Amino acid sequence: MLCQRCKKQQATVHLTEIIHNEKRERHLCEDCAREEGVAIKAQINLQDVLSGMLEAHQSAGKEAGLACPDCGMTYGEFRSQGRLGCPNDYEAFAEPLHELLEKVHGGAEHLGKVPRRAGADQQAGRELMQLRRRLQESVDHEQYEEAARLRDLIQEKEAGA
Amino acid sequence: MTLEEIITSPSPWLKHGGPHGDIVLSTRVRLARNVAGRPFLSRLQAAEQGEIESALRDAIVAAADPGDFTWFDLEELSDIDRQCLLERHVISREHAAGEGPRGVAVSRDQRVAVMVNEEDHLRLQVYSAGLQLQDTWAEADALDDRIEERVTYTFSPELGYLTACPTNVGTGMRLSVMLHLPALVLTKQIEKVFHAVARMRLAVRGIYGEGTQAVGDIYQISNQASLGRSEEDILKNLDAVIPQILAYEQQARGVLADESPVALDDRVYRSWALLTHARTISSEETLMLLSAVRLGIHLGRLDGVDIGAVNDLFLLTRRGHIQRLRGAALDESQRDAARADFIRKRLAANG
Repeated sequence: MLCQRCKKQQATVHLTEIIHNEKRERHLCEDCAREEGVAIKAQINLQDVLSGMLEAHQSAGKEAGLACPDCGMTYGEFRSQGRLGCPNDYEAFAEPLHELLEKVHGGAEHLGKVPRRAGADQQAGRELMQLRRRLQESVDHEQYEEAARLRDLIQEKEAGA
Repeated sequence: MTLEEIITSPSPWLKHGGPHGDIVLSTRVRLARNVAGRPFLSRLQAAEQGEIESALRDAIVAAADPGDFTWFDLEELSDIDRQCLLERHVISREHAAGEGPRGVAVSRDQRVAVMVNEEDHLRLQVYSAGLQLQDTWAEADALDDRIEERVTYTFSPELGYLTACPTNVGTGMRLSVMLHLPALVLTKQIEKVFHAVARMRLAVRGIYGEGTQAVGDIYQISNQASLGRSEEDILKNLDAVIPQILAYEQQARGVLADESPVALDDRVYRSWALLTHARTISSEETLMLLSAVRLGIHLGRLDGVDIGAVNDLFLLTRRGHIQRLRGAALDESQRDAARADFIRKRLAANG
């Protein structure tokens, strides 16, 4: 919305005046509002904003290097893509994620449904994922004996699961 | 059930509406789940993605009554067919545009659609007509249990169901209600509703989800938080908020009818006239006009028009459906002409 007075700048000051029981809404830009003698309370201190940003930037730099041992994703990659690489990322990035989860959800603790088969299966699942990743790496590096060994191990574990 | 059958029959469950059907089009419960022992989608090798697809497909089909679910392999479908499934909310935009092995299981009545390899390995969705929060959740919950008998989901006691995006972690649940709010838009009060809704940790979106514009005065309201509250809490929150929005919309409809009946009728009948006489019409204009006609019918100002026929048109006039019904790929101007033609015939038969 443009300023109702100069009709040039964006209106950022919105006033509701009540004169003789009549309500009047006015939308002004900061310059016109000041000229009309409307006191604008500075709600934001620039210094605070800046130091907040710097702090966020620094900690982002430190956390960006965090990497998940299971899938290899770094926290920096997650921040740029918005998607995690594997379930273990929740542990690998626990600290910065906790803050994010609090912000998004207003809580960081699960209070909902629990699947009947939770628990022991989860640890086995993570092992399987690590084995599959190592298998892929051995194939990539043409280490076929190691790959064959891992493949058998995976099959054994899958049969047991 | 073939894709042909799905596309030529308008979503049967949607046609005649449900509880509070004059304002609430549908209720949806979506649950996000991932298979234990596998990376999330972005880190999957193509072969692994294929393994997950076939394992989940089998588990999903086995979890339903025999013959109820039909599986559609998205890699095999044409762009137009994927577009049609998207327009029906059977798949999401992301799923339609995705890559690699992925698909969707659809129930015979088209109310249940389980996407595989969307953003998460599994996205279970149950739809109901009108406002049916509790029943829709109960149905999704039960199907989730039956699938879980066959698949181990990745789950942490602290964080719940682990999902590819941290915005879905916890319950993995998104409960959304699709609302038709023409009177709040006309009386310019819709922004106020949005502000109030945002404070309740609810999100407002357009008709086709994230980042889409609200066309045809249709809005989707859903929970934003999935962690730190139970499924019951999420249900209760919407259960408290939605009736208030309905009351405001009703109130606004009353104001329009009482204070500016001529302007209201003019809008309704002009929209009706355009729909029944235009020779070329865009998708956006169609939704805008349908919205006014729908409002007119519900306020009893447009007699003898079947609401079911109007509800169908919200879906059948979309880009993909128009082309599918014509049986050919059409460019924009051809689509606009085909759309006008289709609407005229439909409304002449039902009006």
